[in-house]
Amino acid sequence: MQYHTATSYENAVELAEAAQGTIRFLAGGTDVLVQLRAEIVTPDVLIDIKQIPGAADIQCLADGSWQIGAAVSGAQLDEHGTLKANWPGVVEAMNLIGSTQVQGRATLTGNLCNGSPAADSVPAMLAANASVTIIGPDGQRQVPVKDIPSGPGKTTLKSGEVIASVNLPAQSASGADAYLRFIPRTEMDIAVVGCAVSLELDGPKIAKARVAIGAVAPTVRLVESAAEGLIGSTLDDAALAALASAVRDACDPINDKRGTIEYRTHVAGVLAQRAAKIAYQRARSKS
Amino acid sequence: MSKIHVSTTVNGDEVEFLCDPRETLLDCLRDKLNLTGAKEGCGTGDCGACSVTLDDRLVCSCLVLGAEAEGKTVSTVEGMAEGESLHPLQQKFIEYAALQCGICTPGILVATKALLDKNPDPTESEVRYWLAGNLCRCTGYDKIIRAIMDTAADLREAS
Repeated sequence: MQYHTATSYENAVELAEAAQGTIRFLAGGTDVLVQLRAEIVTPDVLIDIKQIPGAADIQCLADGSWQIGAAVSGAQLDEHGTLKANWPGVVEAMNLIGSTQVQGRATLTGNLCNGSPAADSVPAMLAANASVTIIGPDGQRQVPVKDIPSGPGKTTLKSGEVIASVNLPAQSASGADAYLRFIPRTEMDIAVVGCAVSLELDGPKIAKARVAIGAVAPTVRLVESAAEGLIGSTLDDAALAALASAVRDACDPINDKRGTIEYRTHVAGVLAQRAAKIAYQRARSKS
Repeated sequence: MSKIHVSTTVNGDEVEFLCDPRETLLDCLRDKLNLTGAKEGCGTGDCGACSVTLDDRLVCSCLVLGAEAEGKTVSTVEGMAEGESLHPLQQKFIEYAALQCGICTPGILVATKALLDKNPDPTESEVRYWLAGNLCRCTGYDKIIRAIMDTAADLREAS
């Protein structure tokens, strides 16, 4: 195996294009190095992107949107007060992944690229309407996070392409998000179900909504029908019932030791209601 | 296969080593620098026995490549005591008998020091969550937590 330290994203792409065999980009390494050590994926070429200027930076742009470098760790997100106040759901989702030690290294970008349907941060990024900046042999492109996962362990990224940053839109003055996951213990486990809700209010009424679910389908899913049912409501009982029902309809989970199809589907509805209530409370408390 | 030359700082000392690109920081610390305090438990980032700090950030050294340590600052359990005088956490772990077989102890000491450096007054829940990634197969958690809470109180009084 060869190990390279890229000096820029363009350099990372050049190194990838010149390489033979299996290539992996290395940021936090909490998936790539586990796979390497378990001999699941042994890369021929490993390209470390952490030294690229800006890769480990969190930037708030002039319009209030956020640019989170591909090598920014979960611990850095947790320590960033303003980002946490803007997008609490995205930060709490990322911070649920693994231990303190894993948080010191793991990244939003890595969680997305690993392609797990149970990735905690991905539903939160989808609900937040996040996009990623991709740099590849054909230049740069901006893609919504929802278009990246394509199946368990698979993404739509093309050969030689690398994600440079996750971009979160500016949070509305009356908006907030929340993420909840269900696991049988309190820490250090993989989601049986995950659900993220992002809301924007107009007074007590919901003006905009995005709902995303994890671990209940081959990819993380945005549930547009669930969001439509929330818009115009004050999150009353009828809206909550419609939310749970739309979310359950969107579930297509596997049956395994972590949860049966029926169980996961039921819990997805419950989590969606609870996450919506938290997001609603957070947004209301801003006004 | 060509080896990578790495220059780094470990417990305040500048060190150099040659490593294979696949070798982890844990392997380099143990096999090349003779710092055997960090242990390999699982090798996949689940157990925390290999905990060290890398540029003051708590990490599992089994999930860091040796090559990634280039130009960084690494701290291990060997750097906690000052000469013959133990770190207050180490002293308190002995006093409370907060260890049984001892394999998890170096990782727990390093992880706890990182917590107290960041938060000198953690609640018991905060300590337990912070250490969720440090497994003790002897399940001696309670004495560990009590030793930590007592050390934190002593350090706050002393400061």
